Formats: sequence, C-alpha cells, structure tokens
Amino acid sequence: MRRLGPILGILLALAGCGKPDFSDAEKRTIASLALSALPPLKPDTTNRFADVPGAAALGSTLFFDPSMSGNGTVSCSTCHKIDRQFQDDLPQAQGLARTNRRTMPLAGAAYSPFLFWDGRRDSLWAQALTPLEDGREHGGNRAAYAHYVKNRFGERYERIFGPLPDLSVVPANAGPLGTEADKAAWDGMSEEQRDSVNRVFANIGKAIAAFERSIMPTQTRFDRFAAALASGTPIDSDAALSPEEVQGLKLFIGKANCSTCHNGPRFTDDSFHNTGVPPVPGFPVDRGRIDAVTQVTADPFNCLGAYRDGPVDACGELKFMSKAAPELIRAYKTPSLRGAAGRPPYMHAGQFASLDEVVAHYAKAPASVEGETELHPLRLSERERAALVAFLKTLN
Amino acid sequence: MAFLGRYILAAIGLAAVLVGVLAAVYLTAPRQAGPDLARTKKTVNGLFVASIAPDRDPITQGELHSWVLTLKSAAGDPVENAAIDISGGMPQHSHGLPTSPQATDYLGGGQYRIDGIKFSMSGWWTLHFNISAKAGSDSVTFNVVL
Repeated sequence: MRRLGPILGILLALAGCGKPDFSDAEKRTIASLALSALPPLKPDTTNRFADVPGAAALGSTLFFDPSMSGNGTVSCSTCHKIDRQFQDDLPQAQGLARTNRRTMPLAGAAYSPFLFWDGRRDSLWAQALTPLEDGREHGGNRAAYAHYVKNRFGERYERIFGPLPDLSVVPANAGPLGTEADKAAWDGMSEEQRDSVNRVFANIGKAIAAFERSIMPTQTRFDRFAAALASGTPIDSDAALSPEEVQGLKLFIGKANCSTCHNGPRFTDDSFHNTGVPPVPGFPVDRGRIDAVTQVTADPFNCLGAYRDGPVDACGELKFMSKAAPELIRAYKTPSLRGAAGRPPYMHAGQFASLDEVVAHYAKAPASVEGETELHPLRLSERERAALVAFLKTLN
Repeated sequence: MAFLGRYILAAIGLAAVLVGVLAAVYLTAPRQAGPDLARTKKTVNGLFVASIAPDRDPITQGELHSWVLTLKSAAGDPVENAAIDISGGMPQHSHGLPTSPQATDYLGGGQYRIDGIKFSMSGWWTLHFNISAKAGSDSVTFNVVL
C-alpha cells in the first residue's frame, strides 16, 4: 500500500487536476485579452476639452437632460441607461420613434476610431451630435440646442468654452437635418450665423464626449483569472474558471476563431466585418460600412472639418479609411464582448435573442444577403457551444 | 498487493515511454513552412529592388503607423518619381487591409513614406505595391506576420 502513494500522485498529475493547462501561445493570447493590457486612453487632440473636468461635468448634465430633445422627453440616457451598461436591452433603440439599430454600450467607446455599428462618425464628440438631430432619436435641431444651452447653461458653458455667440437673430428652430421648416430657416441664415451655431453644437458634443471618456470597462472574473495565470500565483476562488469555462476560453482563442476579430483587452479589433448576420424583415436596406464611409466623409464635424481642435495629423483614421473594398458591404463593427452576456439581444439590429443563437450562427456561417461573409462553418459540439457561452459569462 | 503494484508501475512506465516518444515526434517535427518574410525583394519582373521598413519594431497591432519603401533600380540607383499603389490583406481570411495606405512623401534616395498602415489582427498579412516609374511598371508583395 505504501508504494501506491507516489503512483496515485503521478496519476493525479497526469489527470491534470488543479491548475488549467495552457500552451505558451495560449497564455500570451490570454494576457493580451486581459483588462490589464488596456493602455491608458490617449488624449483626444481633436477635442481640447476632452479631459477638462468642467466640460465632463457639463457633458454629464447634458447626457441626462431630456430637454435635449425636440419634445423634452428624450435624453442620451433614454437609450444609454446608466444602470444597464449604458444600453437599453431592446433589439432596436427607441427614441421619439424606433430606429433600425441596436443601442451600443459605452464602456471603452472612447478608444474606438469610428463610432456607431457602421462607423459613420469618427470621434466620440461627432458621434454625440448625430442622435440629437435624428428625428427618430432626440428629434431636435441645432439652433434650438444652441439657444437652450445658452439660456439654461450659459455661464457654465462660457467658463469652459469662452464667450457664446450672439444668437438673438438666430431662429428658434433651424438645422440642415430637421423638418422642412427647420431646413428652410437654416438656409435663410447667414454663413456666419450657421458657423456660430455649429460651433456651439460642436462644443455640446465635446462636453458629452468628455463625460463619456470616463465610462470604462471594469475588471471581471476572467481578468482576475488572466492576472493569476500570467503571474503564476495560485488562482483564488473569485478568479477561478470552471473546467467548462476553461474549455470555452480555449475554443474562443483556438478552434472557434473568435479572438481573430474579438482581440485585445476590449475584445474588438475596431474594424468592420460581414459575418452574414441576416437583415430584419421589413427594415429598410442596410448595407453597413460601405454606406457609412460616405456619411463620415461628408460629416461637417469629422476630423478634417472646421470644428476639430489641434493639428490635422490626428486624422489618420479618416484620411486612410478604406472606402471601396467589397468586404465593406454589410460589414458592421466588431462589438466588445465585455459585459455582453448581460445585455441581450445581439447584433446590430438585435437579430439574436441569446448567446446560444449567436454561437449557433457563427458555427453555421450562413451566406450573407449581400456581399460575402468572412465566416467559415465550424464543427462545434453541443458541449463546445455551451462552453463558449460559459466563457463569455466570465466577461461580466 | 506487491504483484499488483509492479503491474501498475510497469503500465505507468510504458505510458511514460509512449508520452516521451510522442512528445519527441511532435516537438521535432518540421514546422509548416511560413511565408517568406524577407524585407528586401526584387519586383516580379525584376525592374526594381524594393525594401520595406516599419517605423516601429515590433509592429503594434491595431494602430496606424508608417513604413518606408525604398526603391532601387536593378543596377542599385534610387528610383525617383515613382507612382505607388498599395494594397494587401490577409490571404487566410480573404479580406484586404482595414485601411487604404498611401505614399505620402518622397524622402530622397529612392525612399517613399507609406502612411496609414494598420494590422487589425494577428496573423499573416501581405503588403502589395504596384510601382510605376520611368523604367516601367512592376509589383512586389511582402509578407508580414504579427
């Protein structure tokens, strides 16, 4: 019986009890996904108020203010709910009317070179302006926003941005994207008046962006596990992954190819891909990135426009943006997977109700209705699919 | 009991030898030949000799950066006034580059600054240059592995 002691020890070691077993390459990939690999947010030179606390405070006020809308009922936080990862759990965002896209969560959005599912804006501050003038979202117009901010927050605004322009001759409602009356009023304004309204409007976006820069991803069980794995320290119970979760992690960075696009500490390559996600029946044609490149190029608030602060060399992403490649057709942004398990439904228009459906889609890899999917069919057993979903839940 | 123990020991010994042999086979097996990673190459039709160098090494994934492309004639003279078109992508994923890099400056001595390159994921990438100069048009493809 004495001899069996060492034998049992060897058997246990062979069975791999205790520590999960990863190759060096797997360990490197796991370390690259950990939150500790996230670099500090770079200054945004296109918004010189990006890291000004007063601007962030005003931005926060505006973010939660339903008066920042056409009828006084919709704020940014209507869809970007603070207690729901700054999203709304709906398949499509609902402002004054239903849109045709899923609300994106905001954690780490400041790292993205292009915003929205299709990247039709190239900065956090240009993004923040777009829903304000969309008739289905806030449904307001920029002249009205400029008047409101001047009347309601004039002193705070001027302490941050300097003197407000004279808006006494600017119509109460005017904008290039609003109702026919708004557009006519906008066309009737002088170039100088339009520029001064645009400047106040851009500063509204810059204040909201300053606030949004503070919304960052938080540490998860996966991150604690990755830290312990990297340092070789014992894995505590609050950092432990179950054998199923470890299997899911191995699939995620291996056979299932998820980390090809969901890479880095935000689990996104910040790029756009056609993965054959079906359109929502009855919705207008949605071609994703290929149409957004035209929109971001035409946006007066883009990096190359008149309202950028700082030097033009910050505009590389826009300047060298891929514009015509066939793979941009029905390509959508790779979303971060941090917290994803807690915010169904999934995809750019909430097409899938659960992570099981998402994994099933990626395994099946159906053809795209337009353009080519980048996916290839995967052989995943029921257990493997469940393991992938189990791993994704460690990112909450 | 001792008899059974010896059997178990022998079985474990055999298993260990088997694991050892398998490990030796796997560890010493020739790795699959990767793409040619040369940073200096003759162009396809031999008109030019092209060299590329990134502005940073190692190359950072997901960040815009620049390269310098140096063009020499077959005789070794710098190639001036070349028109350069850049493409590329990931052959194993059948997609192109995530950006549209451009030659933005001539630095003298046959050196051209290539701006706007980004590798958004790890793996095998290609950088393809179509080059037109006085001597004619030619092309060259480099492989980059991240």
